[in-house]
Formats: sequence, structure tokens, C-alpha cells
Amino acid sequence: MPRNLALIDCNNFYASCERVFNPTLEGKPLVVLSNNDGCVVARSQEAKDLGIKMGVPWFQIEGLAKRHGIIAFSSNYALYADMSNRVMAILASFSPSQEVYSIDECFLDLAGFERRGFTRYGQEMRSAIKRWVGLPVCVGIAPTKTLAKLVNHVAKKRPQFDGVCNYNDLSTDEIDALMGELPVSEVWGVGCRHSAHLQQIGILTVRDLRQASPKMIRKQFSVVMERTVAELNGEPCLALEEMAPAKKQIMSSRSFGRPVFALDELAESVASYMSRAAEKLRRQHSLAGAVQVYVRTNPFKERDPQYSHGMILPLAEPTDDTRRLVAAAIIVLRRLYRPGFAYAKTGVMLTEIIAATQRMPTLFDDTVGMTRSKNLMHAVDRINQAYGRGTIRLAAEGLDQHWKMRAGRRSPSFTTCLAEIPIARAI
Amino acid sequence: MVPLPGIPILATSVPAGFPSPADDHAEERIDLNEYLIAHKEATFFVRVAGDSMVGFGIHHGDLLVVDRAIDAVDRSVVIAVVDGDFTVKQLCRIPEGVLLRSGSATHSDIFVGEEQTLTVWGVVRWSIHQVWSCPETSR
Repeated sequence: MPRNLALIDCNNFYASCERVFNPTLEGKPLVVLSNNDGCVVARSQEAKDLGIKMGVPWFQIEGLAKRHGIIAFSSNYALYADMSNRVMAILASFSPSQEVYSIDECFLDLAGFERRGFTRYGQEMRSAIKRWVGLPVCVGIAPTKTLAKLVNHVAKKRPQFDGVCNYNDLSTDEIDALMGELPVSEVWGVGCRHSAHLQQIGILTVRDLRQASPKMIRKQFSVVMERTVAELNGEPCLALEEMAPAKKQIMSSRSFGRPVFALDELAESVASYMSRAAEKLRRQHSLAGAVQVYVRTNPFKERDPQYSHGMILPLAEPTDDTRRLVAAAIIVLRRLYRPGFAYAKTGVMLTEIIAATQRMPTLFDDTVGMTRSKNLMHAVDRINQAYGRGTIRLAAEGLDQHWKMRAGRRSPSFTTCLAEIPIARAI
Repeated sequence: MVPLPGIPILATSVPAGFPSPADDHAEERIDLNEYLIAHKEATFFVRVAGDSMVGFGIHHGDLLVVDRAIDAVDRSVVIAVVDGDFTVKQLCRIPEGVLLRSGSATHSDIFVGEEQTLTVWGVVRWSIHQVWSCPETSR
């Protein structure tokens, strides 16, 4: 019997989250903008139908948006993350083997759940998520991950499947016809670059790629692409990854709401991003052995003088203490800083990451200081979890944070902040 | 245990001393989340604005625990979408359709005919009413 892997993917996830708490948005075109309200990162179906492309800068379509009544939101990551956690928890109740692949999609291994029919099981997932959290999802079921991705796309685009497409239920002829209609760029892992190359050698549709000689593909592309061909033929090459591996690098960066000139303000931003990164580091129980910082001006303002530079500082001892990491980052920033530039962005990265349990004790360990540091960081994390991010923070992060990015169109944090929960009228 | 300053000692704490006689009988403290929330993925909090539901013990400013996983039955208090707004009402099935009743004589009911669509967003399980408020923070 073939494997039955399901890929469940939320439709227009960010836009759909906004709609759950704002029913007046139903049926209206809406877009969600990236950090600093820069580019379109999510679109409702209505906005897609108006020809709004992914990634287009907001200022380029503001006129169009006005004419068609397109509603724009700043990204509300607190809301999206909470809704994502809810979706993943609901789906976890449908199978013990789950790989959360991204904020809005996950794989489930459906082995053992054939009793009621997989397609029906997929429909049950769909209605549970629609009902419990109000989000529309589509389900693709197939023997391999690559095929599950592909038929998920089919379930989304073709209404006759009613949101669930099961590859294992399709006849050979149906599969052949379907794949002949899909462009090769729809295949998972075939990027724009690869699809241009594939087209040059006459591989235009998914069917063409499926029938291509694996040897030739390996020679002309890579072993990865060869695996894709095998997966398209129903031979599983990619396993379900149920445990997310601890991250080897942790990044935190953001563009400013306005150009920043002063070292003090840059230092505030670097301290603030480093605090976030350190929090993430502690959450995965790791220590960082090196700190990287970079600064840059706005490359789109071509007439302004440009400067962009980054530097790494290795630490004497791996640590997860915000104070030490921030101090290191500020040292790097002072080295990088050149006066007279209009800085648009800074970022920090933690590297040389090891598990806290892997740390080698040394002869000169300050065990008392380490225990105190651990307790302090634990307390800081607990307080910020309970009372909101940044409730307690280093003074180095600044109080006003004038450089902070714009998010003027952000919807309330409906599910994560008591002061912002939805209002029900009783009038 | 806080070690004396300046004296490095083993960083891990070693269990010692007389074991508590209550250890064997320790139980989890009462958790309101467990009591109030039946389906945690499907539960949302909503704030009440207005006095039309006082007859059901729901007051202005109360915190509603709304469950989307349960069915609204006749006489359930629900969050309904009325003209795009969240509205808290009691759902009553009548032969001609559905009546969204308010809990106050001065507020009118809303009739929803069979041909109209009614969106029930969730079912109100609990209303949390603050009784004591400290003088400085009272609204």
C-alpha cells in the first residue's frame, strides 16, 4: 500500500487571519504588508484577482488600491503566530506524525487512519479548522512529500476537488492529464532559475519532468533534482521531519521607520535586536559563541552616500546572557559605525551555537556568576512572557525607540493581549 | 539557595535536608484555564460593550469566554455577526426563523428570516465579571 502523506496548507493565511476577527472584510480585496509597510507579502483571493503581485512595493500600487478599495494591513505577527499554533495543534490530533513545515502548512503521515477513507479524513480536517479557528485550508494527499505539495496546489485551484485532492484516488489517466497541464515551476523545489533551465531542454510541464531520465537530470542539475523526479514518480525520498532541529544561527534584523544618523540610536536598535535574539537562543536552550553585527544605508536611495558593513566578534566563552551578548554587539557596532551616513537597517546574528548541555566547563568558570546569570535571564523571560515583550529590558535598548519600524496599519493583537481582544456589542 | 558571595561552590544544588511530609500528598493547584476552557484551540476572549444582556448576567466590560467548537442550540448565548459587527445575543429558534434576543427590556430583538444568513461566530460559555476594583485602577 502506498504511503499517505497529507500536506495541509492554509489559504491566504495572513489575509484569512485578519478576516476571522473582522467579518466586514469578507469578500473584499485585502493585502498584508511586510515590515515597515514596504511590500505586499500576502493577498486575499480578491486581491490576487485584481492582479496584485506578491512582493510588489506598496507605494507602487497605492493608486490602484484606492480605485478598487483594496484594504492594506501591516503584518500582525503576534496574531498570525497564535493562529498558526492553534491550527497545528488541531491538526496534530489527526495524526501522531506531524512535521510543521512553515507558519501555515504542515505534513501529516496518515498511516493507520484509512478506516474512514483518506479523502474523507482530509475533509474532516478542513471542517475542523474552519470551525474551530475560522480559517480555510486545503489538503493534498499523496505517497511522497513532493506529490502532496503538488496535489495540494491542485486542491486549491480546482473547485471540483472541494479542497481535498487525493493522488492515490486518481487513475493513471487522470494523473497524466493533470500533470500535463501543470507548468514545471509548480513543483516543490523547482525555483524560477531551474524552471528556465528546464524549459530550455524541453521540460515544460510536470509530466515532462516526471518522465525525464533521472540520470540526465542528475548530470544537468543535481542529485536534489533527481530526487524530485523520483518523488514525482511516487518513490519517497524525503522523510517526515517531526523534530525541528535547533537553529545553528539566530538572526534578528529590521529596517528603521526613518533614517538614523546617530550612533546612540543605532546602538539602541542593535541592543534591542540582540535582546530578541538572545531570547530565542534561550528558548532553544543553546549558547552562542560569536556575535555578528551589520549596518547598512538604503540602497534604493541611489543619490545618498552608501555604506554597508558587517563584522563578527568571537566570544571568550559561549553564553546566553543578554547583557554579555549586547555588550559584545555594541563593541562591534562602534567599530562599524561611520558618521555621516543615513542608516536604514541594522541586524545581529548569533553564530557558533551549541546546546547549553554541550558546554565544556573550564578551570576559571565563575560558577556563582553563571548561576546568577541563569536565574536573572530566566526571570526576565518569564516577566516578558507574562506581561508582554519588552516589559523589562536593558536600558541600552532605549525608552522611546524613535527608530522603530512603522506598522501603522496593524490590526489589534486579538488573541495575545487582553487590552486588544475583540469587542462584542450589547446594544 | 544563594551562595555566599566570592566563594565558588558547586553550581548545581544537591538535595539535602529533611523531606517534606506533605510531598507524597502534593496535588496540582486549581487551574482556572482548565475549568473555563474546554477546547483551548477553539476558545477566544471577547469584551462586552453595552448593557443589553444584563438579563443574562452579562454586563458592560465583562470578559466572555467564547468556544467555537460547540454547537449553538436553542437559547444559547452566542456571538453573532450582525452587519459585520460582533454582537452578543441569545439565539432562539422560532417557527419563522431565528430570533436574536437581548436581555433587557429597553433593547430590541433582531429577527433573522429563513432566507437571510446568520453567522454564529461562537458560543459564549462563560462571562467573567469583575466585582472588586481597586480605586486607582477602576474604569
